[in-house]
Amino acid sequence: MDFLRPASWEEALAAKAEHPTAVPIAGGTDVMVEINFDHRRPEYLLDLTRIGDLYEWETGERSVRLGASVPYTRIMEDLRGELPGLALASHTVASPQIRNRGGVGGNLGTASPAGDAHPALLAAGAQVEAESVRGTRLIPIDDFYTGVKRNALAPDELIRAVHIDRADGPQQYSKVGTRNAMVIAVCAFGLALHPESRTVRTGIGSAAPTPVRAKAAEEFLNAALEEGGFWDNGKIITPSVAKQFADLCAGACNPIDDVRGTASYRRHAVGVMARRTLTWTWESYRGTATRTEGVA
Amino acid sequence: MRVNFTVNGRPQEADDVWEGESLLYVLRERLGLPGSKNACEQGECGSCTVRLDGVPVCSCLVAAGQVEGREVVTVEGLADHAKRRTEQGGCGTGSCGTSLDAAQRRQPPGAADSHTGEGTELAPIQQAFIDAGAVQCGFCTPGLLVAADDMLERNPNPTDADIREALSGNLCRCTGYEKIMDAVRLAAARQGEAV
Repeated sequence: MDFLRPASWEEALAAKAEHPTAVPIAGGTDVMVEINFDHRRPEYLLDLTRIGDLYEWETGERSVRLGASVPYTRIMEDLRGELPGLALASHTVASPQIRNRGGVGGNLGTASPAGDAHPALLAAGAQVEAESVRGTRLIPIDDFYTGVKRNALAPDELIRAVHIDRADGPQQYSKVGTRNAMVIAVCAFGLALHPESRTVRTGIGSAAPTPVRAKAAEEFLNAALEEGGFWDNGKIITPSVAKQFADLCAGACNPIDDVRGTASYRRHAVGVMARRTLTWTWESYRGTATRTEGVA
Repeated sequence: MRVNFTVNGRPQEADDVWEGESLLYVLRERLGLPGSKNACEQGECGSCTVRLDGVPVCSCLVAAGQVEGREVVTVEGLADHAKRRTEQGGCGTGSCGTSLDAAQRRQPPGAADSHTGEGTELAPIQQAFIDAGAVQCGFCTPGLLVAADDMLERNPNPTDADIREALSGNLCRCTGYEKIMDAVRLAAARQGEAV
């Protein structure tokens, strides 16, 4: 095994081009487990922790460009306003020790269907900035997950950053596990209201071979909200609409039975989380809308 | 490969390190510091918690090569770390002579002391664990001490919820965590009195 220690991003890209099998390592919270248990013996480890740029973020007008290695601790403490869904998701990651090391770049690189960040990224809307010596490209999050622990990266590419749309409305995140810490999600659900475009987006984790959106549920809800004038009148969402939305979210799952839970439990739990997160976010939206009207 | 880094305030050099080796292995097997415990090797239990550039991390998940040039504080250096913190905190008006002096007199954890702990001064959190009876088999204790000490550094007046969250990555299989909670509350109260 060789330990490659690039001092800059350019050096890292050159190293990855020269050794496409090199395994990038940042927080090490996935990679080191595999090495400790001898599940993986990569020929090259490509250490990215010397590259300071990866630990920084820039807040633009429309989106946040989040460096691939920004630890979850920073996201939950410093980006709660811009990225509330991802901040909530970050807070559910493992433990303080793990949140101090792990980041979204690693979550995307591993592309486990159980990765905590994925539902939040899918719901918020995001693009993965992948770079190689050949150039840079932005991969829409919807096209990023290609299979169980597979992603759209080319062998010579590294994840530089994730561009996540800044929240223009309430966002929520919910995760099912046996306790509040150190839990791999049995399943997880992210939901974001986008009042500017009058749309709702979702993300489901651990209930299909890849993280997925519940697109049929989104389309149904978008139409129902539009039809009922909900975005304007701020009424409570009709229970039948919430139920239909929940059922469609459960239907978007394609789960398996495993040690953490059965497929039918996962489907059921995703439906429950869909209904709850919709209620929480909508109540928050109504609260804001009412206040705005009051001021005007 | 060779790895140069600072451990408990002293430069250290580890030789013949395998590229896939963890920081935990280097500390225990190459530098003879067995305070950080090796249990799960997957970041679940927190027994191997150390401070890396000030931040608590599971040393089993840090690749040895990643600590090149970095600073590590282990449970063996916790008393010294806490002492320096108190002295720095007490120099609000700029008379920091003692801090520098203390730094020069600082001893590395002696071989005998690092094994038995006898004769060494304890960090307040360590004393509180003893006084509250928070140590049973003791295997989880070093990780808990490092994590709890870090929390008290950042948050001198923690609520019970703060303590639980800060220690949520540290598993203890002997106790019901109540004595551990007592110990951290005790350390926080004593820290408050001292200020």
